[in-house]
Amino acid sequence: MSKTYETVIGLEVHVELATKTKIFCGCSTLFGGAPNTHTCPVCTGMPGSLPVLNKGVVEKAVAVGLATNCTITQNCKFDRKNYFYPDNPQNYQISQLYYPICRDGKVEIEVDGNKKFVRIHEIHMEEDAGKLVHDPYSDSSLVDYNRSGVPLIEIVSEPDMRSAEEVIAYLEKLRLIIQYLGASDCKLNEGSMRADVNLSIREVGSEKFGTRTEMKNLNSFKAIARAIENEKERQIDLLESGEEVIQETRRWDDTKEYSYAMRSKEDAQDYRYFPDPDLVPIIISDEWMNEIKSRQPELRDEKRIRYKEEYDIPEYDIDIITNSKKLADIFEEAISLGAAPKKVSNWLMVETMRLMKEHEMDADDLKFSAKNLAAIIKMVDDKVINGTVAKEVFEKVFADNIDPEKYVEDNGLKTVNDEGALRKVIEEVIANNPKSVEDYKGGKEKAIGALVGQTMKAMQGKADPGEVNRILKEELAK
Amino acid sequence: MDIMSLTAVEIGKKIKNKEISVVEAASACIDRIEKLEPDYNCFVTVVDKEVILENAKKIQADIDSGKLTGPLAGVPIAIKDNMCTEGILTTCSSKILSNFVPTYTAEAVLKLKEAGAVIVGKTNMDEFAMGSTTETSYYGITKNPWDINKVPGGSSGGSAAAVAAEEVPAALGSDTGGSIRQPASFCGVTGIKPTYGRVSRYGLIAYGSSLDQIGPIAKDVTDCATILETICTHDDKDSTSYDKAADKFTEALVDDVKGMKIGIPRDYFAEGIDEDVKNGVLEAAKVLEEKGAIVEEFDLGMVEYAIPAYYIIASAEASSNLERFDGVKYGYRTSDFTDLHNMYKKSRSEGFGPEVKRRIMLGSFVLSSGYYDAYYVKALKTKALIKQAFDKAFEKYDVILGPVAPTTALGVGESLSDPLKMYLGDIYTVSVNLAGLPGISIPCGLDKNGMPIGLQLLGQTFDEKSIIRAAYAYECTRSYERPKQLSERGL
Repeated sequence: MSKTYETVIGLEVHVELATKTKIFCGCSTLFGGAPNTHTCPVCTGMPGSLPVLNKGVVEKAVAVGLATNCTITQNCKFDRKNYFYPDNPQNYQISQLYYPICRDGKVEIEVDGNKKFVRIHEIHMEEDAGKLVHDPYSDSSLVDYNRSGVPLIEIVSEPDMRSAEEVIAYLEKLRLIIQYLGASDCKLNEGSMRADVNLSIREVGSEKFGTRTEMKNLNSFKAIARAIENEKERQIDLLESGEEVIQETRRWDDTKEYSYAMRSKEDAQDYRYFPDPDLVPIIISDEWMNEIKSRQPELRDEKRIRYKEEYDIPEYDIDIITNSKKLADIFEEAISLGAAPKKVSNWLMVETMRLMKEHEMDADDLKFSAKNLAAIIKMVDDKVINGTVAKEVFEKVFADNIDPEKYVEDNGLKTVNDEGALRKVIEEVIANNPKSVEDYKGGKEKAIGALVGQTMKAMQGKADPGEVNRILKEELAK
Repeated sequence: MDIMSLTAVEIGKKIKNKEISVVEAASACIDRIEKLEPDYNCFVTVVDKEVILENAKKIQADIDSGKLTGPLAGVPIAIKDNMCTEGILTTCSSKILSNFVPTYTAEAVLKLKEAGAVIVGKTNMDEFAMGSTTETSYYGITKNPWDINKVPGGSSGGSAAAVAAEEVPAALGSDTGGSIRQPASFCGVTGIKPTYGRVSRYGLIAYGSSLDQIGPIAKDVTDCATILETICTHDDKDSTSYDKAADKFTEALVDDVKGMKIGIPRDYFAEGIDEDVKNGVLEAAKVLEEKGAIVEEFDLGMVEYAIPAYYIIASAEASSNLERFDGVKYGYRTSDFTDLHNMYKKSRSEGFGPEVKRRIMLGSFVLSSGYYDAYYVKALKTKALIKQAFDKAFEKYDVILGPVAPTTALGVGESLSDPLKMYLGDIYTVSVNLAGLPGISIPCGLDKNGMPIGLQLLGQTFDEKSIIRAAYAYECTRSYERPKQLSERGL
């Protein structure tokens, strides 16, 4: 292979917004529920029904636009995208083509220490479709409109990415921003964040873009990375063998690690977009925009700076903790409950990370509350339990978010603070371990470890190691 | 006393004064419908007799207990079949909705029900309100009670004919390009198309969403003003609903037009207008002038662009609005199909009539890529210019006076063969919808064949009061004329 190629990638990212009700009616957006129970005449496309815009959707879309440095279209509109499919009850989707709510944004990404901007072409609001379920027994398809009308934003990037790593960094960045804003939980596996990858290749140095394909059905970051590698290779093979890349939409099958063509540009539908006459233009006044601006929470980059100033914890820890809104929330809440930042950070960086790895979990899936973590830290501080017991209790809290104080009480895990009893056990340990005592007295200070261990064992772990050490030293000095 | 010869407000008054009961009024209405329907076919669905009478008894009880006190309490009323009525078949006069029973009631109908009106049935119309003759209905044509060889006009032909035939004292219609005013004119009754946004469209099965308005058809201006007052409310369920409280339209029922400035567009009388219609309308203008109004002619402009702009915008919106009728969720589904797209194609091909298909194709064409700017966007610009022309006229005039249609009712079958001719008949009505203005149609005499002529009065947006006042003052100079057929039948 003599030529070297460059991959050019642009993304269309759909994000489900976390509003309580749907975009054009009062139905609940809650996931699950028996089929067609979160529905009404509007979201099932009944004749005569009319859409009414949920203002919360506009506020969340504007919040995302502001956080991604977009220009907000202060007089924007909804358009109808016409196409027939049973998951779309009106046979048109209410979306935005002519005046999307946000335009011309950018976010900064970092890959291997290199920083660059990915430009955002536009962000528009639209409604989600229902779900089709095929019933093999009756050989018929059924449709569930519970998801119909759930609010979405589509974030369309410019073709600014050049590798799978940059794509993942961009998606991580978007996810973090949107999660920090509370605009969505952004779960790829549950479909609350979906990415379509537009990819083309060209010879390095070429100014002209190659023909692109659009890849759909990408349900995880890993699938996205695999699909990009695969599609890049497929396009290079085509060009190398003198064939042409066809502009088409392809579907990725992650189990087979293979994509197939869904439809080509020739069968592209004419969506006959036009402004939806049932909805009035959305006027976003300066006041409204300032109000949304003033409610913007602290985003990651701001948090990193503040943590560095306020808390004495390593930069590496700050990066890890702020890389998840969930972790940052737990961190800040535990501190507000009185726990020392350093200690909270240690629990998150060591025990939490270990257990997450063990259970193959994401930080988003964490179940334990900051309150219960703070309670464990306080029990250790107050010498109610020792560090070993604390780890055992934390495992329970991590798994089921139990009340740690009650658990310690119920299982009799409190440190024994009766000095007399402890001293008695230590006297026995000294009496029964003459070898270690001799070693210690002979200058081998490490030998005390064995004695501490024996004492803890005799105390069934319920002693404060510091106290054990102190009393042991006293007794051995006698 | 013949209850059915009374107006809605008169019936309401007699019920209030206990001269007649709600059941008596409802029974008289049912009897008249049973007697005349075989000849006129004004209804697609007449509500079950027992259901009507049961409902009448309940309303009587609410009147007796003082719960219902309004002018329409106990009055029988018909609803055009494009407004959803919970539990009552709602077809839009189309095969594709031949089995559709809504799960909810349109807001305007709900307001009437809350006021104690007794809903007796759903009136015939042009399929999906597309047409000016009520001949495109899947459920047969409606005959004009003045002459059964003539059309009643459309698309609210069933509502207008039912009122003229005294099958009901009043009915709701809808008006996208003249569908209340033109049939009212053809049938010799009164109808108001309110300002766009006045009446909630929630539950009105859409034709052209940016133009559709619900309004009353009745025997006189008082009934129309009273019904309009009842159905006008701000509705949170309709984003295009006007957000101010409704006016007291009945306050405008004053026989006084002294100093009122009335403009007559010269452009309306240029060519194509029937001589009798022209004379009838100008005669009415003279009457108002004699009553103290200042009447003058002026050039409105933009008149020739209204029809093309209207048919592009209305058809474009219709092509999208009617996409939901696909055989999947409700309505007609073809019995035999091979796959999803075949099912769509066959259900829609078999379910829609030719006029609806024509407008869906026209609308799809003007929205398709490459033509959108040339047709749709241009039509929207034209719409804005038409509005400007009216705004300019209303700087000078309180009311604009003209004909409703260039002719009186056409013969059955006359326009169906030539759709373009039918479209041209909408020349005086469609621009009013494009500009969003209120308009009223009231009878102003008969032509040489004894068919009613309609006078149209237009007002500035949200100024229904001026047209109601002018129409009322004109109406005070003449008496209501019934179709002769009714007397000939001994009614």
